[in-house]
Amino acid sequence: MHDATRKQGAEVPVMTLLCLFLPLLAAIAAPVLTARLGAASAWILALAPAFSFVHFAGFLPEIAAGEVVTGGYIWVPSFNLSFSWFLDGLSLTFALLITGIGTLIVLYSGGYMKGHPQQGRFLCFILLFMGAMLGVVVSDSFLMLFFYWELTSITSFLLIGFDHERAAARRSALQALVITGGGGLCLLAGLIFLWNMTGVTQLSLLIHQGDLLRQSPYYLMALLLVLGGCFTKSAQFPFHAWLPNAMEAPTPVSAYLHSATMVKAGVYLLMRLHPALGHTPAWEILLPFFGGLTLMIGTLLAIRQTDLKLVLAYTTIASLGLLVLLTGFDSPHAVTAAVLYLVAHSLFKGALFMVAGIVDHEAGTRDMTRLGGLSRAMPVTFAAAVLAAASMGGLPLFFGFLAKEEIYAALAGGNARAILFTAVAVLGNGLMFTAAFAVALKPFIGPKVETPKHAHEAPALLLIGPVVLAVLGLVAGVASSLAHAYVSTPMASAVEGRPVPVTISTVPHLGLPLLLSVVTVALGVLAYWQLARLREVMARLLEAIGPGPDRAFDHALSGLVRVAALITRIVQSGRLEVYITATFILIAVVLLAPMFVYGELPAWPTWPKGVMLHEYAIFLLAGAGVIAVLRARTRLNAIVSLGIQGFAVAVIFLLFGAPDLAFTQFMVETLSVVILALVMTRLRLLDSDPRPLGQMLLDVAVALACGLGFALFLLRTTQGPFDQRLTEFFNAYSKVIAHGANVVNVIIVDFRGTDTLGEIAVVMITGLAILALIRMRGTSALKPADNNPDEAEGREA
Amino acid sequence: MNTLIFRTVAPFLTALMMMFSIFVLLRGHNEPGGGFIGGLIAVSALAIYGIAYGVTAVRRAIWFHPLSIAGFGLALSAISGLLSMLAGVPFMTGLWIYPELFGVQVPLATVMSFDIGVYFVVLGSITSIALTLEERDDD
Repeated sequence: MHDATRKQGAEVPVMTLLCLFLPLLAAIAAPVLTARLGAASAWILALAPAFSFVHFAGFLPEIAAGEVVTGGYIWVPSFNLSFSWFLDGLSLTFALLITGIGTLIVLYSGGYMKGHPQQGRFLCFILLFMGAMLGVVVSDSFLMLFFYWELTSITSFLLIGFDHERAAARRSALQALVITGGGGLCLLAGLIFLWNMTGVTQLSLLIHQGDLLRQSPYYLMALLLVLGGCFTKSAQFPFHAWLPNAMEAPTPVSAYLHSATMVKAGVYLLMRLHPALGHTPAWEILLPFFGGLTLMIGTLLAIRQTDLKLVLAYTTIASLGLLVLLTGFDSPHAVTAAVLYLVAHSLFKGALFMVAGIVDHEAGTRDMTRLGGLSRAMPVTFAAAVLAAASMGGLPLFFGFLAKEEIYAALAGGNARAILFTAVAVLGNGLMFTAAFAVALKPFIGPKVETPKHAHEAPALLLIGPVVLAVLGLVAGVASSLAHAYVSTPMASAVEGRPVPVTISTVPHLGLPLLLSVVTVALGVLAYWQLARLREVMARLLEAIGPGPDRAFDHALSGLVRVAALITRIVQSGRLEVYITATFILIAVVLLAPMFVYGELPAWPTWPKGVMLHEYAIFLLAGAGVIAVLRARTRLNAIVSLGIQGFAVAVIFLLFGAPDLAFTQFMVETLSVVILALVMTRLRLLDSDPRPLGQMLLDVAVALACGLGFALFLLRTTQGPFDQRLTEFFNAYSKVIAHGANVVNVIIVDFRGTDTLGEIAVVMITGLAILALIRMRGTSALKPADNNPDEAEGREA
Repeated sequence: MNTLIFRTVAPFLTALMMMFSIFVLLRGHNEPGGGFIGGLIAVSALAIYGIAYGVTAVRRAIWFHPLSIAGFGLALSAISGLLSMLAGVPFMTGLWIYPELFGVQVPLATVMSFDIGVYFVVLGSITSIALTLEERDDD
């Protein structure tokens, strides 16, 4: 018995790990399978998320009992990093939504993309995203969370730009990546703040640090950064523009990423951090304000659209706004309302998107003004659409109804703030009711309209998804006690940080919330009746307001390019002498400034005693070399004279006991003269120096400053006490440990070998760069240098 | 350079300097010398040959592209560092073996192959620079 429990304890983490990676493994298999089996591969690939779903569902009783499941593996022990997960009501609900809806989406994609030449790639991306999203919601460590967070942005980029031959798709993909990726960087900064403030790197520990965080002087900074990440991901105003544009992606993507899962990542994180960062004035002002604003803008823009997918996209923005509003609203029912609405929204919005995709797929258009009377041809689709719309509109019996009742219970109140937000919610919900039924009814009822394609009922692969989700919305509403026990209550408790029982049932109970619901439905019906006129008014209003954040994004991006070009033009003049002058001025400043600022100038050196005659001779030779450089009339003479000075320095090294250094100096001097001479002939420079006087004076000043800097620096260094420790260490150990008597060489190849490896890599890269530079110059106008003796001979002969 | 004496002496000088460069390279661990200096001497040898006979002759003589030589050297050095992984010691730890060759005990080490890598990188890169500067565009 004892053995059995321990065995199970070891098995569960392995299985969970497998389930986390299963979508990624399926993603790798997708292209191969699809190439073999075509659309039927979806049935096999759907097994991966289905398996994960079943595994995660196995945790439901444990989580419902109020426990949390943690597990993980040590990843990089030296950095205290672990690959660890943390399942409570919140993450488990998300994991089930992701794998459950994911299973349906894979099946739906099989039907939707049937016959598409890149179907395998598409399924691969979808499954990759699934693995990433699953990682976001179960991650315990900050680093894992951030990694998966950015991975969802990248897979979203790939999926939006899936149809990469269209410019619109490419632009939308880029826009989504820039906005959500930029937000991700904000989030990273925010997480680093949280880490520094609390010293923990795990979410499971962070949520108990609320008091510490709220008292910290950096609280506001951390909150703003985290909100930057969440608001971009969850498309809150003014970062919402990318979401409607993301509708360029094939419909399964819109249904999965851009309504049911990815865009909820921001809301997920807000809910996750609610116990840690919530209950402060900043939280309770910022979230409801931006959420409410987003809700209003989303619904008003949704009414205006005629494209089924765009209507749904704007209502998604509105719903996300509502969720953010509720997460930040300070009232007992707000969190439960957010939880209920989140689950309801994932179900009905996923279903409605898939319905829109079916209509597009079967009828050839998704413009609702060109659709009508499809109910006879597509009865099952129609039924699914109506069920989903009923949940979205919040009609009794459906799960959406419970959510809406709870929303009104949370918001309604006597003070001005409560009245304002209630009004916003009623108006928003009413218009969402209108949008829901516009999508679910307009294409199906009324007189039959001729469509580009002759519409048929969709095949089973396409129908499973919307039907299952739509029916679930009804079942969850009717069997609400079961849904609350396993989903709503654990999730709300996790968000609130203490047990919160959810009790609302679908039996209408008289009170203010029910009254507000009736008002909402009435408003929705009224707006539906006047939809055409409303749409016209909105269009005119928007024209009056002018371009929105979408256009601003374009301007920002092209502005960025212009600024970058401007800076490049200023900094990178492309003239070698400017670069060299700048480099040497910097060297002079670095050498001289600290000495003058800190008063560390060297003392005047005393004349050494006992200098030998030959030593004087060498010094004279070095001096003569420098004078010869200055007096040289041609460049070649100057180069050779510089060589004389260099050789004299090498001799000095030799005399004072640095044979290695002297040896190298000799070789470097020789080769410098050879290469400089070659450069001169190659570039066909003038023999003499044509610099104007002003330039010459500047160069002289820079050269003198550098020389003076080095001289003073060396003098100062030698005047200080010499630290013998390194010398002693190398002398003592060079022979013993590294088996070498030449200390210099042993340091280069053994003690500091890694440095040397880096240096020779630099030498090699320099060689490559110079080769490229010279080859690039290969213009025919340049007459090559005449240095082949054989040919020179031939010409003379 | 087009003098008879120089062109006659150059091959011998080059060969001698090449040999000397290898000598300097190998003695480096205990006496003044090493891969860097050895490489520079080898480059000078090739420079002399190039001045006497032209770029094409040098390219023919060294057989490989100079940058391939440099790349080989870099790879050799990197591998010498990585070999320590097989022995389970940190990167770049020197490993020594002492095989008997013809009755003489010869100490061999990854440190030595590392230094040989340095030699080839210096030889290849600087030769490449010199040759590219020296040759015509249509070569």
